[in-house]
Amino acid sequence: TENEPSWETPCSELLVYVSTPGCDGFPSLDSKESYKLSVSKGSMLLSAETVWGALRGLETFSQLVGRDENGTYYINETEIVDFPRFPHRGLLLDTSRHYLPLRAILETLDVMAYNKFNVFHWHIVDDPSFPYESSTFPELSKKGAFNAMTHVYTASDVRTVIEYARLRGIRVIAEFDTPGHTLSWGPGAPGLLTPCYLGKAPSGVYGPINPIVNSTYQFVTSLFQEVSSVFPDFFLHLGGDEVDFTCWRSNPQIGAFMEEMGFGEDYKKLESFYIQRLLDIVSSLGKGYIVWQEVFDNDVKLKPDTIIHVWKENAMLYPMEMANVTRAGYHALLSAPWYLNRIAYGQDWIEAYNVEPLNFKGIPEQKALVIGGEACMWGEYVDATNLTPRLW
Amino acid sequence: RYYEYMFGHSRWQTWGRRPLAARAEPELFQLQVVIEAEEPGCDRHPQLSSSEAYHLTVTEPVAILKAYEVWGALRGLETFSQLVHEDDYGSFLVNESEISDFPRFAHRGVLLDTSRHYLPLKTILTNLDAMAFNKFNVLHWHIVDDQSFPYQSIYFPELSEKGAYSSNLIYTPADVRLVIEYARLRGIRVIPEFDTPGHTQSWGKGQKDLLTPCYKGERPTGDFGPVNPVWNTTYDFMTKFFKEISSVFPDAYIHLGGDEVDFSCWKSNPEVKEFMKKQGFGIDYAKLESYYIQNILDIVSSYNKGQMVWQEVFDHKAQLKPDTVVEVWMANNYAHELSSVTGAGLTAVLSAPWYLDYISYGQDWKKYYSVEPLNFPGSEKQKKLVIGGEACLWGEFVDATNLTPRLWPRASAVGERLWSSSNVTNLQDAYKRLINHRCRML
Repeated sequence: TENEPSWETPCSELLVYVSTPGCDGFPSLDSKESYKLSVSKGSMLLSAETVWGALRGLETFSQLVGRDENGTYYINETEIVDFPRFPHRGLLLDTSRHYLPLRAILETLDVMAYNKFNVFHWHIVDDPSFPYESSTFPELSKKGAFNAMTHVYTASDVRTVIEYARLRGIRVIAEFDTPGHTLSWGPGAPGLLTPCYLGKAPSGVYGPINPIVNSTYQFVTSLFQEVSSVFPDFFLHLGGDEVDFTCWRSNPQIGAFMEEMGFGEDYKKLESFYIQRLLDIVSSLGKGYIVWQEVFDNDVKLKPDTIIHVWKENAMLYPMEMANVTRAGYHALLSAPWYLNRIAYGQDWIEAYNVEPLNFKGIPEQKALVIGGEACMWGEYVDATNLTPRLW
Repeated sequence: RYYEYMFGHSRWQTWGRRPLAARAEPELFQLQVVIEAEEPGCDRHPQLSSSEAYHLTVTEPVAILKAYEVWGALRGLETFSQLVHEDDYGSFLVNESEISDFPRFAHRGVLLDTSRHYLPLKTILTNLDAMAFNKFNVLHWHIVDDQSFPYQSIYFPELSEKGAYSSNLIYTPADVRLVIEYARLRGIRVIPEFDTPGHTQSWGKGQKDLLTPCYKGERPTGDFGPVNPVWNTTYDFMTKFFKEISSVFPDAYIHLGGDEVDFSCWKSNPEVKEFMKKQGFGIDYAKLESYYIQNILDIVSSYNKGQMVWQEVFDHKAQLKPDTVVEVWMANNYAHELSSVTGAGLTAVLSAPWYLDYISYGQDWKKYYSVEPLNFPGSEKQKKLVIGGEACLWGEFVDATNLTPRLWPRASAVGERLWSSSNVTNLQDAYKRLINHRCRML
């Protein structure tokens, strides 16, 4: 016979040892994902502190198994000690610009597991549609989804996603982005959005959430009460990006309020007024929060454990933003160079790979505040027909 | 096939169940298809000169689709299927219509590259379906290139044996026949491209002494360059090879390539240099390229096939036959190239602005839609020589996992540009129809 390697006695078992029990819990930001993998003659051992580490090790193990031309499965003698550099390794999917069927989300979670991602950032609603079926406010999806029968996520769907993710060591962080990006909330929640004015009369068009009426805060409290119980992760993403002030400016009641509060012409102060109240509400519900960078840029008073999500990419300024955010003592998440929806010809994976998240001016204590990053797949041009080959 | 398209995917699955209330509207019971020519073409293959015009009258109780040849009937059937729509209650509706339609350009093609990445048959066939939905009528099959040689040749089996990515990533004669027939039934011509003398690295694996050995000084480096133009064996091979190709592919045209020939290997080879001297070409290697191409054109001509070539063949002043079709692909100043090609009395096909493999963020279909192929300085006579264009999906970053969503519906913009009248240019209107068409294609 030709030069066939003489295979050693086949190994039939991978022993998985987890020191801290916890298979029934949910992964968190503090979860330990380290693992040790030892493959030698006659014994294969995967040991980890937690089941989350075991999952990562299992993925690695599965990548080490090869198959030769005769169909024999083999594995090299191996000694691996592994742990993640960053604890928050996320992927954003946008199910508002285009509805994504459950199948597409679950498939994405599988591939995330293959790549050791551990956070699914579910940008679930936005301007174009509201597919989240709320038990407290069923009208939101009834009036706001693209199709209330076929393009919604029922409570069962949401539970399915959360559990499917959990089994892969993936946290689900839901984003209910306010006060901007909320047009689809309007039809199902009359009085929530700001009516824009053309001169003295309402124009019929609506803007961001109306920050000056109490009903807004009652609504927000109730909604986030529900969201906080539906989504088990400690963190919620509250959005806060790209608030367009034009509508607020046009509205006379808001104008009056601005005067009353002494905000002058600075609508950032009004935005902060809303955001602060929102953060207080969410805090009181026992949740932590992540916000887009504008909330930090606009000087909102934030709790010290707020996570700031850095996303603006103009003129490669994000390292400066990372420096500013961490210098102010907040944790930072990086997405700016990883907007994978911005496709381009050729091997653009190289650019994404070459990003060094800690390449910014700062002392080690600052760098330690960077908890990780997220690849974002915004949905303007993405649906189930092209999501997978575009993202992976 | 079209019945299935129109009624097979009903949201309401009301097969055979009539709507509850008797409808007051008139009903359409039948679409009669009438083909007027004595030789309708049903057993033939479509050609450049085929008639694709049709006339569609939709009225109760019988609609009539009239075309001169079967190819026009296929186009009309596609249109009819687009007119039929389903209402919210599961009833199929069609508006009373009178349509008289014919293509602006006779050559409306899509290029697929099965060398940079192998494309399984299923992918090619799905793509032919999509082409038919968009009235494309030419599949430009760029079947082999540097990277791999998946075409299983009968005369030269070693070409794919040694040159394909692997033994199962090939197109057997049966596969090729299947593609040609599947295309024919949709009124689509299959023009194969066997690109030489450049883009032939994979040919050298299975055919010794075909490619030029490169030299460093006096010694061969072990590397090879383009096809060797000075050896007789090259032309013996090509004569036999193209004999096979001419019989395997029924279309009147074969694409011979001729693009991006890198002269550095030729320049290094002593035999080639010697030949250049003998022929009096000086140091102008474009002349050597033309010498080679002219020989191939003659070979292919002798098999009664017309030839398509990439623009360099024209640019480097090879002696072309009057009916050679020049494909203009270089994006830089392609309008000027169209002027030159047609000014020399040659037929042109435009693909330069339609390299769909060049993806970018956003609604790039708009820029493909906005191309006006005849926007170049030239006489009426010249403009008539532009017979159409091709949307190209080169395969460097494309395989079965991403081809369909990458190519469609962006190629639809090209399809409309090549079929519709030159004044159909409104982007907002096109957008509305494109989003409907996309859902329909899905």
